[in-house]
Amino acid sequence: MKLRQLVLATTVAAASLASALVSTVATAQTKEQFFPVLVYRTGAYAPNGVPFANGYVDYLKLVNARGGINGVKVSFEECETGYATDRGVECYERLKGKNGGATVFQPLSTGITFALTEKAPGDKIPLVTAGYGRSESADGGVFKWNFPLAGTYWVAGDVIIQDIAKKAGGADKLKGQHIALVYHDSPFGKEAIPILQERAAMHGFKLSLLPVTHPGVEQKSTWLQIRRDRPDYVVNWGWGVMNSTLLKEAQATGYPREKIYGVWWAGAEPDVKDVGMGAKGYNAITMQHGAEKGSAVVKEVLEKLHAKNLGTGPKDEVGEVLYMRGLFSAMFAIEGVRQAQERYGKGKVMTGEQARWGYENLNLTQAKLDALGFKGVLRPVSTSCADHMGANWARIHTWNGSKWEFSSDWYQADEQIIKPMVRAAADKYAAEKKIARRTPADCQS
Amino acid sequence: MFYRENGQFKTSYRSDQQIFAIAQDRWAILAFIAFAFVGVPFLVDEYMFRAILIPFLILSLAALGVNILVGYCGQISLGSGAFMAVGAYMAYNTYIRIEGMPLIIAILAGGFFATLVGVLFGIPSLRVKGLYLAVATLAAQFFCDWAFLRIGWFTNNNASGSVSVSNLNVFGLSINSPLQKYLFCLAFLVVFALLAKNLVRSAIGREWMAIRDMDVAAAVIGIRPVYAKLTAFAVSSFIVGVAGALWGFVHLGSWEPAAFSIDRSFQLLFMVIIGGMGSIMGSFFGAAFIVILPIFLNQFLPAVGGLFGVSISTAAVAHTEFMIFGALIVWFLIVEPHGLAKLWSVAKQKLRLWPFPH
Repeated sequence: MKLRQLVLATTVAAASLASALVSTVATAQTKEQFFPVLVYRTGAYAPNGVPFANGYVDYLKLVNARGGINGVKVSFEECETGYATDRGVECYERLKGKNGGATVFQPLSTGITFALTEKAPGDKIPLVTAGYGRSESADGGVFKWNFPLAGTYWVAGDVIIQDIAKKAGGADKLKGQHIALVYHDSPFGKEAIPILQERAAMHGFKLSLLPVTHPGVEQKSTWLQIRRDRPDYVVNWGWGVMNSTLLKEAQATGYPREKIYGVWWAGAEPDVKDVGMGAKGYNAITMQHGAEKGSAVVKEVLEKLHAKNLGTGPKDEVGEVLYMRGLFSAMFAIEGVRQAQERYGKGKVMTGEQARWGYENLNLTQAKLDALGFKGVLRPVSTSCADHMGANWARIHTWNGSKWEFSSDWYQADEQIIKPMVRAAADKYAAEKKIARRTPADCQS
Repeated sequence: MFYRENGQFKTSYRSDQQIFAIAQDRWAILAFIAFAFVGVPFLVDEYMFRAILIPFLILSLAALGVNILVGYCGQISLGSGAFMAVGAYMAYNTYIRIEGMPLIIAILAGGFFATLVGVLFGIPSLRVKGLYLAVATLAAQFFCDWAFLRIGWFTNNNASGSVSVSNLNVFGLSINSPLQKYLFCLAFLVVFALLAKNLVRSAIGREWMAIRDMDVAAAVIGIRPVYAKLTAFAVSSFIVGVAGALWGFVHLGSWEPAAFSIDRSFQLLFMVIIGGMGSIMGSFFGAAFIVILPIFLNQFLPAVGGLFGVSISTAAVAHTEFMIFGALIVWFLIVEPHGLAKLWSVAKQKLRLWPFPH
């Protein structure tokens, strides 16, 4: 009884002390551009979340090493979401007002993107979802605060079919073929379905949909079905542990890896490393960049950060696919602010609202990208009021057993197909939400 | 000294049987509720509202529902996440498919459909008991996950399977600011807590407890197990369904079935076990423990590290958070197996004697 009382008393005391501590540690206001970083370094998807987070943070550090954005230093804070939507929302609420206000959020999860899409307009904070998120948010007329920069899942799906068509010897050869979509059963996985259905109706190939439940380690029945139906191609819309499981199952089933295409979340080193040679020939789409160990920006990160022990994460992972993804997402976050400074005053800290203008008027020419160290990595990206995506180029890369190598030239997604789909989906969203399309006057502001 | 009931004479059955028989309790609780409605809005910031208070209120409501089933009627259920999902999705469908549907009616409709599903999945409870029933209710969880992922109608044929609502309003008042959302949830919680408290004190509540304590004996004295068990399922899933609708509509704004996964069911069950089975108060304690503690640890650990000049990595914080949280659960269960509510009542007992314990 004594012990219990003692322990209880200490708990109460510790709790009150702790709450006092948390409130006093609130940081002082600074003249820095604040970037919240939502990450998932733990949980089932950590193998993919960690390199992304490392790349993102490294680029922000690099910007400071380069002297900031026109002299404005960058500050950041990580918040662990564990890929859970409610924790992501909590992180958003925690970070949005800190250090003078968040510039931009990159939710790094389709579920969190959906939740924040409802909240961000009220708080006037833009959301950048480079290559992921909801595909219809490319329509800036309805989604004023969302920026799926440099590609969406629909672009990815479209380009995968283009590459398959090219391998088959032309789009007309796709008729009567059979493509199986093995997808992660979540909003992320389902994003692929509309574009593949559209293409299937257009070319007359058969599309079968094979969902795999979270987290994706149980795929026996899926592969039984693939073994029975023998589809000509398999598209893998998976992620995390699902990808390596899929490749192992493909190996066990004897399905040729050359005929499997992965989305960009399924095309990085952690996905194939365990399988090694067993994954040789596996293709995945990259939204512009792949593993870019030789690029100028990676060399700069190694020299300015990792050589001085300022880097984030292991040195030998710098330049891997998802690390580059983080780097590239942070680059957009920074360049939007730089663009906004052109209008609202160089060397000033931008608010979220001002940064939004910057993301909407991005004009990253090849010369600018080359100067940032992205020569040969990225193609120009330029956004507008109507088009919040800015570029629809993609490439395919293939795992050769030890590293990813590009196996295709640049593809451009077919705007003829995607534009109407984006518009229809955005209109549906607008009708559901009873919001009107932005007027040309709103675009000017 | 202050907490004494000396001189408070009960002269009627009515006054003897009221919820808070001791005047001090009554006033304290009324003052607390008034403070929650009037005082809190002046004291806390937006972060507290959105990230802590609103989730806490909604999950307290859900825990209250689960407590009726698990704590009062003794039917272990792992389907609570599913009933929340039914509440959220059916409230959504009622809300968008019927033009001009008032928000409150839509949320209650969500609760109504959750009741139907709850009663349906409660039928096995007539034959299976204890852990076997827990496994049977798991079926509800998997079935609902499947239905909301696969059947397009529930999500209004949204390509990604995720649904969202916005521009909520009640009687012409919009529910958009954190304060409005907080008051909206608080009002729901107060009403349902009062209803639940009165239900468990009534005849039906005593039937539930009789079934929990020994169902054969209860049947012998004339309690119909079918009626008692199914009403417990119905009431519980109604409240859980309403909480689910609030979670989707008010807290998340946009959700997918993963928001109501099996993890949510476990979370609710843990709230009830840690808070105290068979106690309305315990639901609040349990929800506070499970909702607030992880968030608190997550911010507290870097702050402690900062004091000693150590920066702890995000991953290390997340891992430590899980470890401390887990250790605390085990510790609380050892020190007080009857939950935090028991601690509360022990404290009240001691207070009655304080400061002269003999």
